[in-house]
Amino acid sequence: MAGRVVLHGMWASPYSKRVELALKVKGIEYEYVEEDLKNKSEELLRYNPVHKKVPVLVHDGKPIAESLVIIEYIDETWKEGPRLLPQDPYERAKVRFWAGFLQQQLFEAIFAVIKTDGEAQERAGKEVHEKLKVLEEGIKGSYSGGSPFINGNSMGLLDTVVCSILGAHKIQEEVLGVKFLDPEKYPTVTSWVTALAELPLAKETMPPPEKVAGLLQFLRSKALESAAA
Amino acid sequence: MDGVKLHGTWASPYSIRVKWAMKLKGIPFQYIEEDLFNKSALLLQHNPAHKKIPVLVHGLRPVCESMVIVEYLEEIWPQYPLLPIYPYERSVARFWVKLIEDKSPNVWMVYRTVGEEQEKAMRDSLEMLSILEEHGPNKGKKFFGGDNINIVDIAFGGVAHWMGVVEEVSGREMFDAEKFPRLHAWMGNIKSLQLIAENLPDQGKLCQYLACQREKLVSSSSQN
Repeated sequence: MAGRVVLHGMWASPYSKRVELALKVKGIEYEYVEEDLKNKSEELLRYNPVHKKVPVLVHDGKPIAESLVIIEYIDETWKEGPRLLPQDPYERAKVRFWAGFLQQQLFEAIFAVIKTDGEAQERAGKEVHEKLKVLEEGIKGSYSGGSPFINGNSMGLLDTVVCSILGAHKIQEEVLGVKFLDPEKYPTVTSWVTALAELPLAKETMPPPEKVAGLLQFLRSKALESAAA
Repeated sequence: MDGVKLHGTWASPYSIRVKWAMKLKGIPFQYIEEDLFNKSALLLQHNPAHKKIPVLVHGLRPVCESMVIVEYLEEIWPQYPLLPIYPYERSVARFWVKLIEDKSPNVWMVYRTVGEEQEKAMRDSLEMLSILEEHGPNKGKKFFGGDNINIVDIAFGGVAHWMGVVEEVSGREMFDAEKFPRLHAWMGNIKSLQLIAENLPDQGKLCQYLACQREKLVSSSSQN
């Protein structure tokens, strides 16, 4: 599959990072445009007029937006190389369900812990644990632990989502002074996340811990300031 | 071919999307009406993560989340395709489904809240309508799917129908025909399809149901 591939992304965006992981798994050559979210490029605004957000994948001049939509597009378009979604429709449905859960439920809960303090943060923290519990129960049967990946021999869509949301959990936990991934409470999720984070592909793609720590501190202080205002 | 069961409720726009998809594709199924205040053991077993409807059970395999179910149906029963053939057009359809999924909960918040919360829900609902009016796919055609309805029409169809009832119950107008002429024409086209028209909840009954919910929510929030 030929054609020029450009990814408009941002180093701190988990949405952007998961698309990068997917492109690398497939071995797709692409150009990367780092967007300054305070000064978005004219192309980004033209390619994603509805949301004006990253990531946007541009394939032969045609833009695709929304990280999970992009990853499904990549899988359907580049048939050579490892699958990003399983072949079986039921397994695919499970991947889509859990990807949605991770994004809408777990990620939002973690974000709430970052942006709050005191009682509100405690409540948000409880939410995170509730979601992790559900995730642990839900994927227990699917993750064998034999490989880092949940659906076979290589990184798939669900692995990229987990990596992008929980991959930096140690830094999140350090900065926020909380504990999310307790290996006793969530053995399956913890071993899955740890195995993924150890991969050379994850280490080279995900942002360095110091940068993540800096960003978290910045996001947190900004959120707490505006809440106090 | 294994049997298909759908756990749903008559008052849910999420439930109805799956019903429409199954009827369009001519999939035989058994429908199980759930009482949300007394959920069946089967429902809780099949959707432990959210304990919500709709849940599709194909043979022994449960599939949850309305649009995940619709994609599953599309893959197993390809007749009356709900997604385009080519990956790029599929990605466009999926983009719009996601937008509808992300923004439509604001519509429910319009009847579930008052004051500042309701104002915000109104603003966000109107924003969703403006975006669909201006940018929604296949502008100039009858449906978001072009000449035939597709997954985007199914995703928005339930939301749009419920919106009329939300307006009545909350006393707030959202779906102004002058502001949203394209969407109004689309709504007319959708409702002119026999299969859709025959599979809509009774308007009066739905109004009563949502009004009752609103009363409970609004009075309990004012007591806090």
